[in-house]
Amino acid sequence: MEYFLQQLINGLALGSIYGLVAIGYTMVYGIIGMINFAHGDIFMVGAFVALIAFLILVAIGITAIPLALFLVLIIAMLLTSLYGWAVERIAYRPLRGSFRLAPLISAIGMSIVLQNYVQLAQGARVKTLQPLITGVHTVLDLGNRFVVQISNIQILIILTTLALMSGFSWIVSSTSLGRDMRACEQDLKMAALLGVDTNRTIALTFLIGAALASVAGIMYLLYYGVIDFHIGFVAGVKAFTAAVLGGIGSLPGAMLGGLLIGLIETYWSAYFSVQYKDVAAFSILIVVLIFMPTGILGRPEVEKV
Amino acid sequence: MKSARLVGLFAAATLLAAGTSAHAQLTVGVAGPMTGQYASFGEQLRNGATLALEDINAAGGVLKQQLKLVIGDDACDPKQARATADRLTGQRVPVVFGHFCSSSSIPASEAYAEGNVLQITPASTNPTFTERKLWNVFRTCGRDDQQGALAGKYLADNFKGKKIAILDDKSTYGAGLANETKKALNALGVTEAMRESYTQGDKDFTAIVSRMKAADIDVVFVGGYHTESGLILRQMRDQGMKTLLMAGDALADKQFAAITGQHAGGVLMTFGSDPRNRPAAAEVVKKFKAKGIDPEGYTLYTYAAMQIWAAAVEKAGSVDPKKVAEVIRAGKWQTVLGEISYDAKGDITVTDYVMYEWKADGTYAELKK
Repeated sequence: MEYFLQQLINGLALGSIYGLVAIGYTMVYGIIGMINFAHGDIFMVGAFVALIAFLILVAIGITAIPLALFLVLIIAMLLTSLYGWAVERIAYRPLRGSFRLAPLISAIGMSIVLQNYVQLAQGARVKTLQPLITGVHTVLDLGNRFVVQISNIQILIILTTLALMSGFSWIVSSTSLGRDMRACEQDLKMAALLGVDTNRTIALTFLIGAALASVAGIMYLLYYGVIDFHIGFVAGVKAFTAAVLGGIGSLPGAMLGGLLIGLIETYWSAYFSVQYKDVAAFSILIVVLIFMPTGILGRPEVEKV
Repeated sequence: MKSARLVGLFAAATLLAAGTSAHAQLTVGVAGPMTGQYASFGEQLRNGATLALEDINAAGGVLKQQLKLVIGDDACDPKQARATADRLTGQRVPVVFGHFCSSSSIPASEAYAEGNVLQITPASTNPTFTERKLWNVFRTCGRDDQQGALAGKYLADNFKGKKIAILDDKSTYGAGLANETKKALNALGVTEAMRESYTQGDKDFTAIVSRMKAADIDVVFVGGYHTESGLILRQMRDQGMKTLLMAGDALADKQFAAITGQHAGGVLMTFGSDPRNRPAAAEVVKKFKAKGIDPEGYTLYTYAAMQIWAAAVEKAGSVDPKKVAEVIRAGKWQTVLGEISYDAKGDITVTDYVMYEWKADGTYAELKK
């Protein structure tokens, strides 16, 4: 029981990070129907920007952790969303309306460009950050040997994800930007005819997706403390899988998919063999897609007549 | 700081190369993970080779020829190691010092054997490297069966009746070392409570850490490299576990402490008795320190590999790799590590693995008995 609960906490923290990255994939797919393969690397850029920001803040003497964290959050979200915007402007907008594969290839190219850029600019060695947020709380102590604990950083990750997720759902459902986004999702051309500035809406979508990815990058940096130019690839593949599992195009689906992938990996490692956790996660993905081709919360594409 | 030093090194190497270009030159290779998550070890190899090269050239070179270094990067990836080996073979280098990861050294050695290149690894400890009857392989470090024997005995002596977990990263080095340790431990009548593998490059070990917590593990032996070991340690402490971590020689870089922070204190590691403290190394250590480099880990092992090769070439009167290999096998060599001689396989005849302990300030020292 305690063991199960402990693994639940571990899985939720891991899944939250996947979920935050997965939102970026699902949003872009929802609006322009392409897979933004560079999104995992935007996440990686976010983690690097955060690390550099931390080091600069320490260098100029801002060491109070809550303040530093807040400033890093702002800086990383701003700079990383600029990257997201630039990627859209440079690599995708000129190809909009071209054949379907063109932006996909361009996205893969962008991913390689970002990885190599960070590798050259920051070096190929792993970068480390000492644990900043420490401390653990006892969640459940039944007097047995095993005490269920949650660390402050795990709490922070889960709460931040919940907050961002609800904030973002609110934007999509209740603001004019959200209405524009939903309009673009339904029919890009029609939305444009009815006066929606589609370029602006799509650019903002990329901006928001990148900002969320940068938050995931910060969480990753704080949680694990080790980053390198390559982390975007694995995280990107996992998050993309999460988006597909949850139903690509669906926001709650991305979050659900992320949590599920995190939980499957964790529980598989907890009760079966650690070596096969990725095999387990991807096997479940395949099984789900066989029976639910649009993912868990995805809606089937309705052919409009 | 670090990069400034590196730039200095490169500048020195370039200057050296430029200054001596008028003379006859001999190119030798050093190969290892210069990029990627084990790049700090690649740097140890490169530092060792660079200084050895400068010292040999300053003393007149080899067979009156100045040496020049070409660096190969395998990123600890077997495929890239093979490609690097082919490239170095294509440049007709007579000898390569490297690689670092056993999973790189082993496939590369076959390319070198076919391409008539001698290979001396300062760091690859997997037994297979010298067990395939290849003519061209040597190492200046010990083997994982020796290392595993020490680790297994230490565990059996000090943790009898305690719960022991053995993890590995499925790599040639990691799994090999973990298996040797398990073998030694079991031979002494102690059985481990847990045996699991993870994947190289993983960052999240919380599930396996909780599993060890549930199993009340007292000490965990990790057959794997420093990044993963560091993350396992960090996540164990995050979950409030006091479990001791023990690992092999792939922890011997300060970057391990950069990952773990103050948690490094108490971590145990097997490694050759500290080469920095050997009398033969005193002068060279001083030279490294003057350059701002701490010759930790495999730095001096690389330096020694180059010394052996240079001395053997002088003795053979030729750089022909086959002749040099025979001379190396037959002789006794004075190096910074002390006197080294070889058996028929290419392994050093004396090894002295000892137990080290990491301190909270991020340094490590031999464990006093």
